[in-house]
Order: sequence, then structure tokens, then C-alpha cells
Amino acid sequence: MSLWSRIVNVVRGDGLSREIDEELQSHIAEAIEQGREPSEAGAAFGSALRRREESRDIRLLPWLDSLRADAVFGWRQLAKKKVTSAAAILSLALAIGACTGAFRLIDALLLRPLPVANPERLYALAREAFYDGKMQSFDQWAYPSFQLMRAAAKDQAELIAVSYGDRTDLTYKADSEMEKAVVQYVSGWMFGTFGLRPALGRLLAENDDLKPHASPYAVLSYDYWRRRFGQDPKVIGRTFRMGDDLYEIVGVGPAPFTGTETGTVTDVFVPAMMHPGAIHDDWTWHRTLAQLKAGVAVGPLRAKLDATSHAFEEERAKGFTGMSKEFIDAFLGQKLVLEPAAAGASNLQNEYHRSLIALGVLVALVLLIACANVANLMTAQAASRAREMALRVSIGAGRLRLVQLVLVESAILALLAGAMGGVFAWWSAPFVVSMINPPDNPVRLDLPADWRVLGFGLALTLGVMLLFGLMPALRASAVKPASALRGGEDRHTRRRTMHALIAAQVAFCFLILFVAGLFAATFERLSDRPTGFSADRLLLLHTVAQREEAPVFWDQVAEHLRTVPGVEAVALAGWPLLDGNGWNGFISVNGAPPGPDLAYYLAVSPGWVGTMRIPFIDGRDFRPGETAPGVAIVNETFAKEFFKGENPIGQSFAKTGELPCKVVGVVRDAPYRNVREPILPSVYVPIRRTDTHGAVEPMRGATFIVRTASANPMALASILRREVPRVRPEFRVNNIRTQADLVRAQTVRERVLAMLALFFAAVALLLAAVGLYGVLDYSVLQRRREIGIRMAIGAPAGSIAGLVTVEIFAMVLVGALAGVALGMASVRYIEALLYHVKPAEPAMLLLPSCTILAAALLAALPAVFHAVRIDPVAMLRSE
Amino acid sequence: MPKTDSLQGSLDLLVLKILSRRPRLHGYAIMTAIKDGSGEVLRAEEGSLYPALHRMEEAGWIRAEWIVKDTGRRARMYELTAAGKKQLSAEESRWQAVTSAVNRVLRTV
Repeated sequence: MSLWSRIVNVVRGDGLSREIDEELQSHIAEAIEQGREPSEAGAAFGSALRRREESRDIRLLPWLDSLRADAVFGWRQLAKKKVTSAAAILSLALAIGACTGAFRLIDALLLRPLPVANPERLYALAREAFYDGKMQSFDQWAYPSFQLMRAAAKDQAELIAVSYGDRTDLTYKADSEMEKAVVQYVSGWMFGTFGLRPALGRLLAENDDLKPHASPYAVLSYDYWRRRFGQDPKVIGRTFRMGDDLYEIVGVGPAPFTGTETGTVTDVFVPAMMHPGAIHDDWTWHRTLAQLKAGVAVGPLRAKLDATSHAFEEERAKGFTGMSKEFIDAFLGQKLVLEPAAAGASNLQNEYHRSLIALGVLVALVLLIACANVANLMTAQAASRAREMALRVSIGAGRLRLVQLVLVESAILALLAGAMGGVFAWWSAPFVVSMINPPDNPVRLDLPADWRVLGFGLALTLGVMLLFGLMPALRASAVKPASALRGGEDRHTRRRTMHALIAAQVAFCFLILFVAGLFAATFERLSDRPTGFSADRLLLLHTVAQREEAPVFWDQVAEHLRTVPGVEAVALAGWPLLDGNGWNGFISVNGAPPGPDLAYYLAVSPGWVGTMRIPFIDGRDFRPGETAPGVAIVNETFAKEFFKGENPIGQSFAKTGELPCKVVGVVRDAPYRNVREPILPSVYVPIRRTDTHGAVEPMRGATFIVRTASANPMALASILRREVPRVRPEFRVNNIRTQADLVRAQTVRERVLAMLALFFAAVALLLAAVGLYGVLDYSVLQRRREIGIRMAIGAPAGSIAGLVTVEIFAMVLVGALAGVALGMASVRYIEALLYHVKPAEPAMLLLPSCTILAAALLAALPAVFHAVRIDPVAMLRSE
Repeated sequence: MPKTDSLQGSLDLLVLKILSRRPRLHGYAIMTAIKDGSGEVLRAEEGSLYPALHRMEEAGWIRAEWIVKDTGRRARMYELTAAGKKQLSAEESRWQAVTSAVNRVLRTV
């Protein structure tokens, strides 16, 4: 009761004072009534003010009361200068919000531990090897190798196989109601190892994962159960078809667990042994996670796993025929590593962790710039309040009390900015995620705004407050009343700090502009890179058949699609260019042993080259009826690499383990998997394949490449989706994309990075310019007496302008030089994010320098005008 | 005999005792009661009485209420709370213990 009433009394502070006064007055009145002399009765109390303060301090919390008083005072101070305060709050809010938003993303993707038992003991297995002149890391494993490693590490760790979460077609009832769900093949013992409990039914267990293709059971994720089935408990026992297998749903996982692939929410978990690759030792299709037992050291475990993996690959390499010794040595030189995976392991992490950290650093720099601005603002204000502070000290205010007074004002600024920043972060993080989202494979990153984010935001706000508020506060409290009241306060140290802050701002601003420039140039160069084919008006129909169908039926569908109005050309391919799929092999030319370089294959129909508008250099297209292996069309790079400048037409080569084929055509280069890597040597082979007996193989799935007449190919999507099953009902389109989307998806990361970096560069530039303007204006104000005298004795305007700007521009120069040094030092951290951009290019350094210089000039103009228009007469008279 | 304010930490005890006998007194009446009750030997200064009253009020031993007196003036009346009664008996026994100990010393020396 007591504490509460004291807090309440703080709030009604004035009422409390009145009440105490009234009680004391009534005491005096009573005394007079009882016959005491009025003067004596009053004097008995001594100082009434002191009595009141004593009683006040008893009846409320003095520290809270002083805080309240300071808050009211601070608020009035801020409200007095509405524009500057609003600018300070807005810039801080933007910076705090951006930092918190970046933290939300980094936390969600890279830091937040999975909701499993002992996530800190979870590791992901990867292999590192030296390929193409650089260290590369691979995290895919073959299941037989995984089984050996699991047995070897049995006593120290539990190994878990998890496939890459993949959007897969499955059907619950009729085939016509095919739908997509993210399916992940996982070791049955994963749930037990992670200590997870089912929300419904049972989870998979070791028993479900003992024999290949033996346990068609599925566990739904809680999220999927809620979205797809509305939490219907009768879902247990239902079946669905995926591929040729019928799976039975046996349970629903716990709500927080969405799989181990951060950025993907798994819908359906099925046993790893159900994967067709489970019995192949050359099919790498899953990640391997290791949950270490308590107290197990990573080093020896790594060595043991490495030895097991190495022995497996060595055994396998014995089966390699015709490979060069260098290749086999390089292949066996892979080193197994254990990477901490407390936050899960996913492609999104691999692709974005550098970008996110780079972005985080950029926004942190923006925050520092904003802090420097506000610190300068507060310093300037502190200067104008030096007399007030001196007065407070002389009438007995303690130093700490003054520190509190100024800090409370900073705290109000910071808290307002923090609150607004919170709103900004709440909006911005999902916005960034939505930007990196390809429509057909959405990133689903859980972005909770929980205590972690809240704590970060609060800590940031507090840190920011100390950063910009502590120095002015300490300075204010260190005021020397005698000199301040005399008006001869030491202005030079104050100006020096402001100038140092300006230099720091310019340095940070330069760094941000420089990095943003690199990102923008990367995006520009990447999107300007010629693709070698025309993606305009190309629609891609990913089509599957219920069972394998003869190529002639596929041709029938293609033939029918050609008759649809608005369709210009139709071709068939195994998959579209740039969708990330790959199929490769080692090449032996004219019967020689194969070299160490891989060539990339794509199965296409006659007319595909024309539909893609890839120009022929030599030779001809496939003829209907030609099959693979037998004939091939190769790209320029292939011709250069494998035929060393000879005319490849008519020559023959073979993929290891296949019959040779004859080159019938050479086409211009086109990127195969992605636009970032150098052009791969590519081979196009007929989509009709014959087996070893010469029979044509049936096909399960392929992609129709449709060039449409209309500029927006998607306009035809729904018509074509309906037309495909009209020819052959067992065919179904399961995904429609445009080639242009695929091309755009290639540069999503670069686009988002360039966009965000440029945005923050603009903000940083604006803040730095505003800061510069503020400091210049302040210094003109401080030196107006000096300027007035100089003008009175005949100094020309040019020299006045020089006087007020020279110091600042020296600082800008120092800052810019420091920025160049910072930029050069930071480049190696972002090199992996750049494409064909040399950081030392003159343009990359010149552009930010010029921009900053221009901004600085612009910011200096008002102050210079202000200075040269000082009227010496008026000035000197007023002083 | 000189008037003394050296209540030696017994001000709380006196105030609580007075309020336990005569509920609802204002500050001036309490001051008068101390003076009269002690035969004008003890005297509570205004400067210590009011902070003590406010302290005890915050501690919850007494509570206060504004009333309008017949003269039309407002006055703040104090009375004992249940917690105050407990505190009074504690203070009383402490006082007894102290005085008897002091007496014992005076006798033996």
C-alpha cells in the first residue's frame, strides 16, 4: 500500500504540496486561536518550504519525483523546438527501426535456436573441397554413406538425415485435386532425438525407418494441420498419394516445430527410407545433422566421421572408370566439417546470411550517424543552456542531478524514437521477406516479435540514449558556474567534439555510399548480362503424367497446344533453363579417357533451340525421331573446351557410361543453372531417350516451353492449364511460371540488397547533410561577434565564407579519407556478394566522394549566406 | 525546568498512545496533548511532529482524514489503524524493556 500511495503521490505532486501546506496553515491557525502570537506561531515552524519538502519526501518517492520533474522539464524543452526535436526523433526512429528490423531478420534466420531439445548440441555435416580454384562447401549426402557414419558415431552422437524441403505434388482424393505441400524426408528417430511430443496421434520412430520403402507413414506439421485441415482430429488414418506411393497419416507434430530448414515450413514429414535415393550410393539428396551426446568433443567426432566418409568414397571411387588421377585425388581430398546448426540448416541461410549481416552493419552505421546528429544537437543546446546549468549549480544542484536532467531529456527523445522505430521494424522485416519471395516457392520465415526482439529494441534505445546523451550530460554537469555566468565558457572543446563527430559521420556515410554503390553495380551488371536466349513471352508449363507415358503422347499434347490461339511456338524440355536443376557428366572425346571437367546436359525436343531463340552458329536442329544417345547440339563453350577450336560438327563424344553421340549443331552460349557463374559447357540432347535395347523410354514429367503472342504470357496460363488434360487426361500441369520470372529470380538477392543499400545510403546522406548544416549554423551563431568585427574592419565576403567553412571541410576531407580506408578494409567481407565489380575501380570511389562533397556544399550554403549577411553594425551594437 | 524536545525516539510511541486513547486528533491537538500530558516537560516541535505523522501515515500505522470544523476551517484528523495498534504494543514493550534496563543500571551503580 505504502509504495503504491507514494507512486500515486508522485503523480499528484502539486496536490500533495497543497495538502501539506494547508495542514501546516491550519496548525498555525489553531495555535493562534489558542492564543499564541501569530508571528510566534509561524516562526515555530521555521522555513515553511523546508517543512513541506521534508513531508513531501516522506510521502512520495523522492527519486521518482525528481525524475517526473525532469521529464516534465525535458518535454517542455523538446516541445519548445518542435522542428529540431521532430527531426531528431524521426531520424533516430528510422535508424532504430531499421536496426531492429535487421535484427529481427538475422535473429529469425541465423540466431534463434530450433524448438528442440539441446539445440546447442546440434551440428550439420558438410564437406569442403577445393573446386574451380576456391574452397567450396557441400552439404548433400548419400544415404548409404550416412548409414555408415551413423553406425560409426553411435556412442557420441545421433545422426539424422533430413532431405531438402521440397514442394511436392500430392493428392488426398481424386487425381484431379492434386495439390502442393512441402515434403521433407527425415530419419524416423529425428522426433525422439529432438525430444518432440505429438500434438495428435504418434510421431515417426526408428521402426518406421529401418528398411527401404517399407513404411509409408506421414506426420503432418502442426501449421499444415491447422491450415489444410482446420485442426480436424479425424485426419489420423487418412491417406494421400505422392508419386506412386500411398501414405497414411499417423500423427501431427508439436506446434512450434516447423522442420529444421529455417525459412521453409515443412508440411509433411515422411521417413527418409521412403526416398528413392535411399539405396543409391551415388545419389546425394539429404542433409546430415548430428545431435551430440552431452560432453562429447567435436574434434574427435569430426575425425571419426571424416574417416568413415572417406572410406566410403574411396570404396566408391574404385568403381570409377576412365577418370584422371587428379580428379580422383581432388574428389577424395574432401574434408568433413561439423558446423553448428542450433538455428537449423537451410539454403536461405546459406544464401542470405552474408547479405543480412552486411545490411545489419549498414543500418548500424546509419544509426551511428543519426546518434552523432542528435549528440551534436544536444551539444549545441547544452551550449545555449550553459548559463541555466551554471545557475542550477550555484543554487546547489548536485552534479548527478544535472546529469539526470539532461539524460532524461535524451531518454524522452530515445523512447519516442524507439516506439516509432518499433512500429517501423514491425512493418519492415516482413516486407523484406516478401521481397525475396519467389511466388511459387514462398519463403516462410517465422518472425515473432517476442522478448528477444523487444529486448534488443529496448537495449538499442538505451544504448542510443547513452551514446548521444551521456557526453552532453557530463559536459553540462561539469559546468564551472563562475566562468559560465561570466559568459566566457570554453567553446573550443565543444566545437572540437562536434567536428570530430562530423568527420565520423562523413566516414560512415562514405562507407555506406561506397557499399551501396558496389551492390547497385553488381545488380546492374548481373541484370545486364546477356542471357543468350529471349525470355520475352515465354510461358513454362511444368507437366506431369500419372504414370510414365510414351514420348509420342507428349508430342500430341505439344501439337495440340500449338493450335491454341495466341500460341506462337511450343517445345518440350526436361526443365527450363535457369530453374536451378542440373544434370552433368564427364566427357570423353573420340574414345579418349574423360577429363576432369563436367559438361551439363539438358533434354530438349526439336524446335526448342528456335523457341528459346538461341542462335545457331553451325549445323542444324534435331529432326523428329532422333533419339539420345545418338545426336547432340553443344554450346560454344563446350566446343571450345572439348574440341579445342576444331569444328565439332560431325565429331563424336560420350558421357561416361553412355553410348557416344555425334555433334549435329553448335549454338551460342546461354546460362544453364544461374547467371552468376561462368557459362557452363552445355550439351542439348533429344528428349526422346532409348534404353540399352534401343527401345524408346516413357517419360513421367517435362516442361512445355510456350512462346505466346501476347506481351503478358500469364494471360494464357489458365487456358493452357485446361488444354493440356483435354488431349490426354492423365497429363496435368502442376506449375506455371514465366521464363522472365526465372531470370528475375536470379537477381532477387542483388536487387533487394541494392535497393535497401541505396535507400539507407540516401538516408545516411540526408542525415549527414542535416548534421553538417546544423553544426555550421551553430558555429556561425557562436562566432557572429567575431564575424561582425572582421566585417567591420573590411573582410570580404569570400574570406568570411572561408572562415566558417574551412574547418568543416577539412573535417569532411578527413572523414572521406577515413571512409575510403574503411571501405577498402571492409571489401573482403562482402566480396562474395559482388559480381564483376572491382571495389578499387575509380568510379566506385569517385561517385560516393562526389556525392558527399556535393551534399556538404549544399548543406554549407545556408550557413555561409547567414554569415555573410551578418550586419556588423547591428551585431556589434547588440553585444 | 527547561522544555525539552529530546523525546529520545519516543515521539512515535507518544503519538500512537495518545491516538489510541483519543481517536481523531489533528496535529495541533496531538502536540498539546504531549505537552499537557507530560506536565509541560515534553514538547514536540512542529518541525519533527509533522514529518513523524506523515511517516507513520505512509507506514500505515495511522490514517488521516480532512474534516471541516465548526469554525469552518478544514483540519486533518489522525486516527490509529489496526497496524498502528500492533505497532503501539510493540513500541510499548520495547519502551518498558529499555526503561527497566536503565533503572536496573541506575540501581546497581
